[in-house]
Amino acid sequence: MDLLQASFKDVSDAVKSKKISAVEVTKFFLNRAEKLNPQLNAYICMNPSALDEASAIDQKIQNGEAVGPLAGVSFGIKDLLCTKNLRTTAGSKILENFIPPYDATVVNRLRSAGAIVLGKLNLDEFAMGSSNETSFYGKCKNPWNTDYVPGGSSGGSAAAQAARIAMGTIGTDTGGSIRQPSNFCGIVGIKPTYGRVSRYGIVAYASSLDQAGPMVSTVSDAALALEVIAGHDERDSTTSSRKVPEFSKNLTTEIKGMKVGLVKEYAAKGLLNPEVEKVYQTSIEELKKAGAEFVEVSIPLTEFAVPMYYLIAASEASSNLARYDGVKYGFRSDFKDLSSMGLDDFYSQTRGEGFGTEVKRRIMLGTYCLSSGYYDAYYNKACQVRRMLKDQYSETFKKCDALLSPVTVSPAFKIGERVYDPLTMYLNDIFTTATNLAGLPGLSVPFGMTKSGLPIGIQLTGSHFEEQKILNLAYALEAVSSAKGKVPIVY
Amino acid sequence: MIDQKTIEQIAKLARLKISSDEALAYGDQLSKVLSHFEQIAKIDTEGVLPLVTPSEIEFFAREDEPRKEYTAAEMVANAPEKAGNLFKVPPVV
Repeated sequence: MDLLQASFKDVSDAVKSKKISAVEVTKFFLNRAEKLNPQLNAYICMNPSALDEASAIDQKIQNGEAVGPLAGVSFGIKDLLCTKNLRTTAGSKILENFIPPYDATVVNRLRSAGAIVLGKLNLDEFAMGSSNETSFYGKCKNPWNTDYVPGGSSGGSAAAQAARIAMGTIGTDTGGSIRQPSNFCGIVGIKPTYGRVSRYGIVAYASSLDQAGPMVSTVSDAALALEVIAGHDERDSTTSSRKVPEFSKNLTTEIKGMKVGLVKEYAAKGLLNPEVEKVYQTSIEELKKAGAEFVEVSIPLTEFAVPMYYLIAASEASSNLARYDGVKYGFRSDFKDLSSMGLDDFYSQTRGEGFGTEVKRRIMLGTYCLSSGYYDAYYNKACQVRRMLKDQYSETFKKCDALLSPVTVSPAFKIGERVYDPLTMYLNDIFTTATNLAGLPGLSVPFGMTKSGLPIGIQLTGSHFEEQKILNLAYALEAVSSAKGKVPIVY
Repeated sequence: MIDQKTIEQIAKLARLKISSDEALAYGDQLSKVLSHFEQIAKIDTEGVLPLVTPSEIEFFAREDEPRKEYTAAEMVANAPEKAGNLFKVPPVV
């Protein structure tokens, strides 16, 4: 069995029918990770119990017990999701020694479905970044060309998946952190509708925007993994109680008559890199051939999505990250004598040393936007415009089933190229942030390569809880994609 | 332009000890970022209710029953400094 190309279903069926054991699959990916990870720095740590957990799955099968649809499938988890008894750092020094006593709901559901956690994947510190360059545990590299960034913040997930040092991975997306790295590394990544997947046990960045989702090799694997992790969770009051559709069963390339919207404001920008433009135009042609109808739509407020996003995300972050105080868990500065210290100095020094530059910058920005005198002008104003943006999307989805756009204006950029200019880095996110503000599902599917061999993806955005529609459109694109099944060669 | 005094005040509110070099850099960067962000100021939002969460949320409440999920020892296991099952902190009174 070619484990580099096999689907989740292939592997799970083979494990259940004892053609291959979960231990063999796990060993294969652990060995591959051991060989390739030093060049990529995709994993922050491996799970020392992975083989024992695989063995327990094999034992269950031996005993004739039921195992789930991901039996024996090896998963890498973004190090933002808590894993029981396995260190969870959020890419930060401040959580360097944090060992969670519980699993995030997403991890719990993967395990219940028979998946094996291989290890924890690199990310921008607290998921704040678009290049994986802000991680305390070192930069992660793009397996297609290690001089380039894998994207971020779920850079480790994208790099590990592209290099196949995991069968599947989980990422999180607050402003594009699943879709943008998936696009840069040539994999399929889906950010579900806000409320589709539980955030319990996921280190919070911006709670009204964060969602976790699968970052995998194919659309059908994405559909299956989403089915497993989605659904109501009594531990997250923002999860929807809607029934989770059987995404993988309903998957079809039959998209005749579906209406796809092209956002007028995106086209007007003229910002696209010519190679991205070409791949984007080809995707439109291919969907037309498959019977999709195209309509032009206008969502004027998308123009303001980036400033709105950064104001809201930074404000929520400044509040969420107040919990890192050096008391209950995490890093504490090396104080010689606590008895003569003031509490404020104790907090300030610990936080000043424990957080990295980008995190501090966003906490500062958020604190400013929430502070007395600025709250109305910044935070409240952004939330008002957010409602107007969401309403414009609702109107748009009366005219079409999904929106098609590029994921980013250009393919992956070089390591170090943008790190000194936060504003340029932020503007990277023009096509992705509006999706989170409106709580919509969005995905990136690989659809081409640059001449120099870097992947280019296409973004599909759907209406609330309409993941099936964008999965089906992506499935149709994938069927004719020139990038399908390509695996980078990493030395 | 955000001046140094404002930066120091924000750092104090955020409980972040930052160096004078960091304060200079943040002042400059935040000014640039905020002036870019001021474009949303021109949008008319008169009477619009702020949106703080994007999806419809159906309220639900579980039964308020005590559950024993963790021991005290597990809960303090990650503490940087502890005394028995208590977190050790500077004097607060």
